[in-house]
Amino acid sequence: MVELNALSACDGLLPVEHGRLTLREETLGAITSLAPFKGQGKALSAALQAAHGVGFPAPNRMEVSGDVACVWTGRDQAFLLGPQPDAGLGAMAAVTDQSDAWAVVLLSGEGAEDVLARLVPVDLRPAAFPLHAAVRTELGHMAVSIMRIEAGLRIMAFRSMAATLVHELSDAMAAVEARRRLS
Amino acid sequence: MRIDGKGRVDRTRPVTYSFDGVTRTGLAGDTLASALMAEGELLLGRSFKYHRPRGVLTAGSEEPNALVTVRTGAQADPNTRATVQELYEGLTAVSQNRWPSLDFDLLAVNNLAAPFLGAGFYYKTFMWPKAFWEKLYEPMIRRAAGLGALSGAHDPDRYERAFAFCDVLVIGGGPAGLMAAWAAAKTGADVILCCEEPEPGGRLLSEDEQIEGRPALDWVQETVALLATRDNVRIMTRTTVTGAFDQGTYGALERVAGHLPEADGLPLECFWRIAARRAVLAAGALERHVAFRDNDRPGVMMAGAMRAYLHRWGVVPGQSVAVFGNNDDAHRTARDMAHAGVDVVALIDSRHDAENRAGDVPFYPGWQVARAHGGKALEAITLRAPNGRHEKLAVQGLGVSGGWNPSVHLTCHTGARPVWRDDIAAFVPRDGAVPGLSVAGAARGTFDTSGCLRDGAEAGLEAAQALGFSGALPHLPQADASPYRLRRLWAVAGKGRAWLDFQNDVTVKDVKQAAAENYVSVEHMKRYTTQGMATDQGKSSNVAALAILADATGRDIPETGTTTFRPPYSPVAIAALGAGAQGMGFAPQRFTTSHKASVAMGAPMIEAGLWYRPSYFPRKGETHWRHSCDREVTMVREAVGICDVSTLGKIDLQGRDVGAFLDFVYTNTFSTLKPGRVRYGLMLREDGHVMDDGTTARLSDKHWVMTTTTAAAGEVMRHLDWVKQAFCREMDVRFISVTEQWAQFAVAGPNSRALLNGLLDSPVDDESFPFMQCGPVTVGGVEARLFRISFSGEYAYELAVPARYGASLFDLLVARAEGMGGGAYGMEALNVLRIEKGHITHSEIHGRVTAFDIGFARMVSGKKDCIGKALAARPGLNEDREELVGLRPVSAGHLIAGGHLFGEGAEPVSANDQGYVTSVGYSPAMGCDLGLGFLRNGRARHGEKLRLVDHLRGVDIVVQVTDPVAFDPEGGRLRG
Repeated sequence: MVELNALSACDGLLPVEHGRLTLREETLGAITSLAPFKGQGKALSAALQAAHGVGFPAPNRMEVSGDVACVWTGRDQAFLLGPQPDAGLGAMAAVTDQSDAWAVVLLSGEGAEDVLARLVPVDLRPAAFPLHAAVRTELGHMAVSIMRIEAGLRIMAFRSMAATLVHELSDAMAAVEARRRLS
Repeated sequence: MRIDGKGRVDRTRPVTYSFDGVTRTGLAGDTLASALMAEGELLLGRSFKYHRPRGVLTAGSEEPNALVTVRTGAQADPNTRATVQELYEGLTAVSQNRWPSLDFDLLAVNNLAAPFLGAGFYYKTFMWPKAFWEKLYEPMIRRAAGLGALSGAHDPDRYERAFAFCDVLVIGGGPAGLMAAWAAAKTGADVILCCEEPEPGGRLLSEDEQIEGRPALDWVQETVALLATRDNVRIMTRTTVTGAFDQGTYGALERVAGHLPEADGLPLECFWRIAARRAVLAAGALERHVAFRDNDRPGVMMAGAMRAYLHRWGVVPGQSVAVFGNNDDAHRTARDMAHAGVDVVALIDSRHDAENRAGDVPFYPGWQVARAHGGKALEAITLRAPNGRHEKLAVQGLGVSGGWNPSVHLTCHTGARPVWRDDIAAFVPRDGAVPGLSVAGAARGTFDTSGCLRDGAEAGLEAAQALGFSGALPHLPQADASPYRLRRLWAVAGKGRAWLDFQNDVTVKDVKQAAAENYVSVEHMKRYTTQGMATDQGKSSNVAALAILADATGRDIPETGTTTFRPPYSPVAIAALGAGAQGMGFAPQRFTTSHKASVAMGAPMIEAGLWYRPSYFPRKGETHWRHSCDREVTMVREAVGICDVSTLGKIDLQGRDVGAFLDFVYTNTFSTLKPGRVRYGLMLREDGHVMDDGTTARLSDKHWVMTTTTAAAGEVMRHLDWVKQAFCREMDVRFISVTEQWAQFAVAGPNSRALLNGLLDSPVDDESFPFMQCGPVTVGGVEARLFRISFSGEYAYELAVPARYGASLFDLLVARAEGMGGGAYGMEALNVLRIEKGHITHSEIHGRVTAFDIGFARMVSGKKDCIGKALAARPGLNEDREELVGLRPVSAGHLIAGGHLFGEGAEPVSANDQGYVTSVGYSPAMGCDLGLGFLRNGRARHGEKLRLVDHLRGVDIVVQVTDPVAFDPEGGRLRG
């Protein structure tokens, strides 16, 4: 039998550090998109709660329970992050494996919001974007999903764009650090 | 010269810099302009058209004269205003628009030719002969009349773009702006205070005033300190708000590293987009000149600027100065200069009834300055008494004030026009000019400090209250409340040239001439004379110019109106607007999982949208891409080839109604497709033209996966979303892109099954996996998907694995293929293979072709409706069309895509055009070039000979029309 080796999306690109800012790749386990079938929204949320301890998130929010999270990613669409989805969910929702489709990075350290203010046209300061807030937006020219977790700001971008994602973020991190040296 | 005990410069910190190659010393806190003035250097540049010597006119960003190039080589930054450029150790600056030197400029002969170079000169003189304009006149004029030059080298400096958000944006850091920020901040609102200068204070930095009985700057410092302690306040210095846009968006340019010797990773400038729920404009006012003969001599400057140089930098233009104004404010300059020990030779006030408010200085009420004397520096002025008598006084500096123009610019950026106020002879902002923006202080015509403080406090509080914050009006400090009195004076009558627009060399006479030649609209006058069209946008000349136009045309000023104020308020480098987008920063790069391996194999990568794909894989001994391409094509036809096809769009569809949904999206029927089977589909746009094609597989009863072309993946996804939301809301269908989830590889050629069966955990055969079959397989325990589809026309499969395994699988597939006489193939070979088979790509379905044109009319099912079906049936879309055909050369020479087809005897001109070539390639199997193209009624013309002509590339050959499918037309090979 042949053996296939797995590579992560940011293989060879991360981690990156600039002063107090760090950018590293996150390994979330499975990423599964959930899109309720017609009229199944409430049933899906209940089934999610029962199986994984999180409900279907409201727009711009993520539901979290231990290592499991469910984050809003669009109209009637959320990503279950962490566990393999319960087989029963397929009756209520389109369940699609997205585990390999995303480069998932965590930006942390003082000034992380200033880094993203150079790339993302959304107010991500804690008052406007508190813990477990989530947003679909753009970073540079890339479609991304951003959420705030305890450890920092998590950014999900298309896997194929991982190199550009890391380059853009690293560049902005260096610029923010340069400003800190100035002040 | 420098005045002891004055200014906010640090006398303990000398700073070395150079101007025009001469090393000089200034002080920390100087601008380039103040440092040069301290050394008696008043000549800073030459004017645009006449090359007249010019000096500093203002002390701010509105400066029209003192433009220099700072730094050198690729980093040279032309047209930098010396009045804004802060001095730093090692600063290098050179003057512009002079040759051979600033002191001796040969092009100053233009000045002697002035009678011929007046308004409209270019339009009148360079009309003919027509061809001369582009080749001779324009280059000549550009060389002679100009600003600084770009280096021509790639800009190595770093620039930045950023976003900011706030409840209340305060624009301007003067007394009104500081009070507005404080009043809003106290309510808890999130405040951004932008100030153009290196420090807040605004006009107070340039005046000798008291607030609460103490120096005004004490109050400024205390207020700034208070604001700085609050975490709901952000003070952005060196930041000019340059534009007001829709929905509370403001553009702002921050000068980040331009005042530092070393950038150390910092951007030179940052362009901010600030989203503000409310904004307060407290941008102050700009002083205006009075036009009189030779009022542009270096040493003549704005009266307020003269005070600014004294109070901020402790410098004056000379030992003896005079002041000329039409208002009380000008008297301050005479007073402050006298206090500082400068010899004030005269205070001239054009108002006969004016009272002297400057103390013990010679006072000339009712007099005017009729002329300035001197060449490269002011030497004297001629005064004219009310009775017409002239008197000449020797002076080295003259401060002039024609009054103040409120900075209304931003209030006009979304289309509003300002309102004329007769009492201050100036335009003020129209109420509600920009939704959510209010105006405070001098920007709305409140000129005394006390009024500015009150205005700012009220505007700041009101802005916060409008957002639901509550608070009280802060304490209003005691401050100067002197009234601002003036009587309008735009120009002093007399002979000679009296200058209005210094940067574009426009005189009073030019404006009058424009009026005389019937350019009476202010917009026409502007373009005819070029007044206000320079980089300063006429900040110090617009109002005077239109007042003179009003006078010349017998209208009043409000009736004459202003020209249009457009963003940016002050120049913004394109590099700042486009920061991050240089070179590869222009767009994201998308890499497949096989990218590194392809590059390692030496494959040149070509762009396919944002993706990078291998063009071909050169092997030892192959010296031309065609060698590699021919070998790869043959390899696929005779052994087995591997190609990464992950870039094709993949859309996962689920739900009970997917079949019905696809029937509506595709022209052909999909609902009848059995699970485990794949079907080719064609998609139309609403207008009936072909949008995209691809295969869709039914994985199970309710689970499908669609493929799109690489080029149209995004477009198809958007299209599906729109169709679902607009027309199929009731259908139970959900879909999501899985393009990134799966790495997919074509395994094509007679040996493809053997290769796969060496990898798959359970082998496949033709019975269980016939042509157009799909299903789950496992590779090394990894769940994968196998599709028996073929774009090459060979016996072929596509194998998809989760992307994390893509790189590994590609290596494995290529190694196995090479062991079987095959290998990886790139886009060139892929293209030849599909041309041999007559398969279309977006070269053919380029947006103007119908299903009929490509011979797929029968794929538009008659049994159901679909997007585009109705409009595809329009007259004109189904007869006498250019139809898809194959082409082969008959004469010597190569086929060329982009060439056009003509009858064999016909002249190759548009009227005889019969069609065009879309794709060509050399077919090793057929031993000749093959082409695809569109030919009028082409399906009925197989066998006909035509002329293929490409005028651009000089191709003219004879071709034969064939069926589009050149290789294996029965399709026996792909079925196996």
